Amino acid sequence: MTDNIVEINDLSFAYNSRLLHKGINMRFPRGKVVAIMGGSGSGKTTLLRLIGGQLQPTAGQVLVNGGVVHEKSREEIYLMRRKMGMLFQFGALFTDLSVFDNVAFPMREHTDLPESVIRDLVLLKLNAVGLRGARELMPSELSGGMARRVALARAVALDPMLIMYDEPFAGLDPISMGVIVNLIRSLNDALGATSIVVTHDVHETFAFVDYIYFVSAGVVVAEGTPDELRASQLPFVHQFVHGEADGPVPFHYAAPDYRQDMLRGLHA
Amino acid sequence: MLERLIPALRGIGHRVINRIWRLGSAARFFLYTLVLSGESFRRLHLTIREIYFTGVLSLIIILVSALFVGMVLGLQGYNTLQKYGSSEAIGVLVALSLVRELGPVVTALLFAGRAGTAITAEIGLMKATEQLSAMEMMAVNPIARVVAPRFWAGVISMPLLAALFSMMGVFGGYLVAVPLIGIDDGAFWSQMQASVDFREDIVNGVIKSCVFGVACTIIALFEGYDAPPTAEGVSRATTRTVVNSSLAVLGLDFVLTSFMISA
Amino acid sequence: MDRTTLDLWVGVFVALGVAAMIGLAMKVGNLTSNQIGDTYAVTAAFENIGGLKVRAPIKSAGVVVGRVDSIQFDNSTYEAVVTLKIDTSYNFPKDTFANIYTSGLLGEQYIGLDPGGDETMLKNGDKIAKTQDAVVLEKLISQFLYNKATEDGDKKDTESAK
Repeated sequence: MTDNIVEINDLSFAYNSRLLHKGINMRFPRGKVVAIMGGSGSGKTTLLRLIGGQLQPTAGQVLVNGGVVHEKSREEIYLMRRKMGMLFQFGALFTDLSVFDNVAFPMREHTDLPESVIRDLVLLKLNAVGLRGARELMPSELSGGMARRVALARAVALDPMLIMYDEPFAGLDPISMGVIVNLIRSLNDALGATSIVVTHDVHETFAFVDYIYFVSAGVVVAEGTPDELRASQLPFVHQFVHGEADGPVPFHYAAPDYRQDMLRGLHA
Repeated sequence: MLERLIPALRGIGHRVINRIWRLGSAARFFLYTLVLSGESFRRLHLTIREIYFTGVLSLIIILVSALFVGMVLGLQGYNTLQKYGSSEAIGVLVALSLVRELGPVVTALLFAGRAGTAITAEIGLMKATEQLSAMEMMAVNPIARVVAPRFWAGVISMPLLAALFSMMGVFGGYLVAVPLIGIDDGAFWSQMQASVDFREDIVNGVIKSCVFGVACTIIALFEGYDAPPTAEGVSRATTRTVVNSSLAVLGLDFVLTSFMISA
Repeated sequence: MDRTTLDLWVGVFVALGVAAMIGLAMKVGNLTSNQIGDTYAVTAAFENIGGLKVRAPIKSAGVVVGRVDSIQFDNSTYEAVVTLKIDTSYNFPKDTFANIYTSGLLGEQYIGLDPGGDETMLKNGDKIAKTQDAVVLEKLISQFLYNKATEDGDKKDTESAK
């Protein structure tokens, strides 16, 4: 039993012959909440899919609990996934099932528990996210924040060891954001699990995570605790943390010289 | 001129290769669905739920269309037959047209338009909102859980709908021929029973509707599963479902009919 | 929609569909009047079978007693050999006539059996000796023209003889 529940070693991943990741190294220790941050399109969500075995790396390894993910058989991957929970962006609740049935879904699919036990477990999870009273609603009747919370209850339905969050704060109002932050931390500690949060929300994230990885242009450009990174002088980290418009990530999309471009219009 | 021809040819070649590649994808998808069908029968309520959405909810359009088709057949048939003094063969004409061709084919086309598009849109939307991904991450195979039950529901519903269509159509023809036009009731039914053969006409019709059921349902499922996860992608996919299902049904109809006639 | 209502509607749907199939088989088709019983086979040779097809009915006194099973061509006698499958509940004497009739004026052709007076009955594998071919329209027309021609010829002879 290693100390890290997930390890990413020298990972490279190409998508449509474009290299998205070029030699990434990451460690996720047990019991910690770790954030993966970076600009849009830097491949953060893809990392989650690589950990979950939905994608195969082009080079390098992803290890979960000591086992290499892409060398596992179909059954082994499914067994591995039963101990993982994932919260998708915007929730991805099953629209034809009620809130109750959504949370009960993993239990009904993977266990033979009688309905009475399932009912108690579902209400327990819904209570943890504060939505026990909403159990008969349909996903279309929920607000964004509520849907996200139900999805969270569903992700932790089977008490997973690893919980992954894909942009959990996207599009939420400050109150809902605060609720989700609270839940991520408390659930992680209550379950003794490890949480990986993919996000670009600096302010919220820095307040509650234990460790952060910064990804840009396919490599890890910086890592450390929130305090370390806040004080970092690395240009990319500085631009990101302080929200500067221009820096290593340029403001202007690649374009020809400004003067030439405008003058060409005159001469044409 | 040649410079314009070459890109055009390249475009055609590209599109043909794309089509063939998609056909291969669809065939593999079909195979997966069949292989992973065990759960659709072990947990029958999944399939039953889908039979409700594809079969029961299509009943109204099938029955109403059948009634009108039968009545039109009666009118048009009488119009022509009475010129040759054979107006009592109207029952034969209506019954054979429906049982052999119109029942299976029109039902399949209506099914593709109503149930097929619903299936494509539903699955496309599930893909676009990452519900299928979520299922995969929860270690539930989406093909076994979502696709296969819908497939078997379509295969079971189609022959039932086609039989209902034929019956309703015959009734429609009867309504026009006997009360409206005044053909003899006994002549209508007896001539029909003498000319409609169980094995050649009815069983063949059922076989056709089963084959059409497989084709329409798998096309609808594949287009939804393969759709780009955007609003535009899903809407294009539903159009493709109707077009491809219709072409498949009409093409298969020709192939099956030629087999059945020569056999 | 809860599960019990769903099951109810699906059950109704399937029941209706199956009923429609049975209704088609019984009321619209000829399942009830079709041969399901045991049959025995006899053969009959014809010089011309006209438009007779396999599965055409075999009738006696207008009642369907069997079906044509197969039609072969005998290369040595240059005749058509038809295999008839007759229901075992009906027995026909050995000197029965097998004729090819047309139902209606331009309808389908069928085989009509006219029983003879022999005391021994046809068994499985026997051959019907007495057959009458189908009426072929072209032969009928040429016969009519020939008759007409000879009639006119006789008239001319009698006139010129006067």
